[in-house]
Amino acid sequence: MNLKGFCEQLNVSSQCRKYGLSLWQCPQFLFLVMGLIIIGSSLTVYAIGNRFIEDPTLVALLVLFISAILFVVATIITRSFERLAEASRMKSEFVSVVSHQLRSPLSNLKWVIEFLMSGRVGSVTEKQLEYFKILKENGDRMTELVSDLLIVSRIEQGRLPLKKEKISLDDLVGEVIREMEIFARASNVEIDSKSEKNLPPIVTDYFQLKLVIVNLLDNAIRYVKGKGRVEIILEKKNKNLHFEVKDNGVGIPQDDKKYIFQKFFRSGNVLRHQTKGSGLGLYIAKSIVEKLGGKIGFSSREGVGSTFWFNLPVKQ
Amino acid sequence: MKTILFVEDESVLQKTFGEVLKQEGYEVISALDGQIGLRLAKEKKPDLILLDLILPKIHGFDVLKKLKEDKETQEIPVIVLTNLEGIGDVDKALELGATTYLVKAQYTLEEVVEKIKKALGK
Repeated sequence: MNLKGFCEQLNVSSQCRKYGLSLWQCPQFLFLVMGLIIIGSSLTVYAIGNRFIEDPTLVALLVLFISAILFVVATIITRSFERLAEASRMKSEFVSVVSHQLRSPLSNLKWVIEFLMSGRVGSVTEKQLEYFKILKENGDRMTELVSDLLIVSRIEQGRLPLKKEKISLDDLVGEVIREMEIFARASNVEIDSKSEKNLPPIVTDYFQLKLVIVNLLDNAIRYVKGKGRVEIILEKKNKNLHFEVKDNGVGIPQDDKKYIFQKFFRSGNVLRHQTKGSGLGLYIAKSIVEKLGGKIGFSSREGVGSTFWFNLPVKQ
Repeated sequence: MKTILFVEDESVLQKTFGEVLKQEGYEVISALDGQIGLRLAKEKKPDLILLDLILPKIHGFDVLKKLKEDKETQEIPVIVLTNLEGIGDVDKALELGATTYLVKAQYTLEEVVEKIKKALGK
């Protein structure tokens, strides 16, 4: 944290405004009050104790009284934490309910558009098809966003379902590559995959891990400018299986690196290059990898490319 | 001609998807809630049932359970076609005897038609 950040942390009233809470509900302010009470009371007890040392009852009563005040303040702090936790839970629940509710009209929309595009209702002209495609693309984007939001709300509620089984990471990566080949070809990107021979199987959740690989590979392909190449490497490193995907894309600016795994964060140069994307993919990938007991990271240079990797323990 | 019972409360889907299935050469019976779905399954003995889960009157899971408990309907393959994707929903449906579980948002219209054709062995 730099000096400016540290000073901002000290400004309790602005910190409390950030949470939308009044001072007497704000944990930071209440902690400050408690600290002051502890210091003040310690000094008072010391001063009084010094003068009335022959009357221990008075000192004991004083300590009791001050402890009672501290207890009350601590209770208020706990309550305010509870309220914050409750607000966060309600937010996640709200997102979850809204996402579910949005899904039905969205899938109706999607299927009706596909129905129109299929020519089953009547012939479609080239021009009409062009506009139907725009409708469909936007519908798909909304559907993806809603799906991502649902996953995020599950992660935040600690309800991400995990079903662990023995799988071959090699096969899983192969499957994802096959599924994304059309997208890669359409983006003029070549996918090259290198895998160490005889990799051991891992015990993990197949679908969640697939989501991670899809997200990483999708980013790699998406942020390559013009003709490009994406390289996937799979190998065993100590007691871990190591996956990495390397692209020669737009890269991540130095200042943006610390935010890259944050929810809804999208790098400035990425926004210039590509408007699509929810800014949730890497947050989801990180949450899942950590939940599966692994580690995720990246290295990147703006204009040169990025490498994203994760490690998963072989035995769990 | 093979018959499909389509249990779905969204009339938009009944209209569009029903039309697609008719064009594919199937006879489509519509049910807008779970109760009607159960009744029609017994009466018409369709070759396949497409079942939504969030349904008025009787929930899709209960419809599925009753279909599989009833000797008259237990042999009919059931494809769950829904937007519900909660924890354990897929496992629950498969345990209850559903043939396939399809989340609407994840499949295109044509992909679902393919799955139906496959389930009916065409």
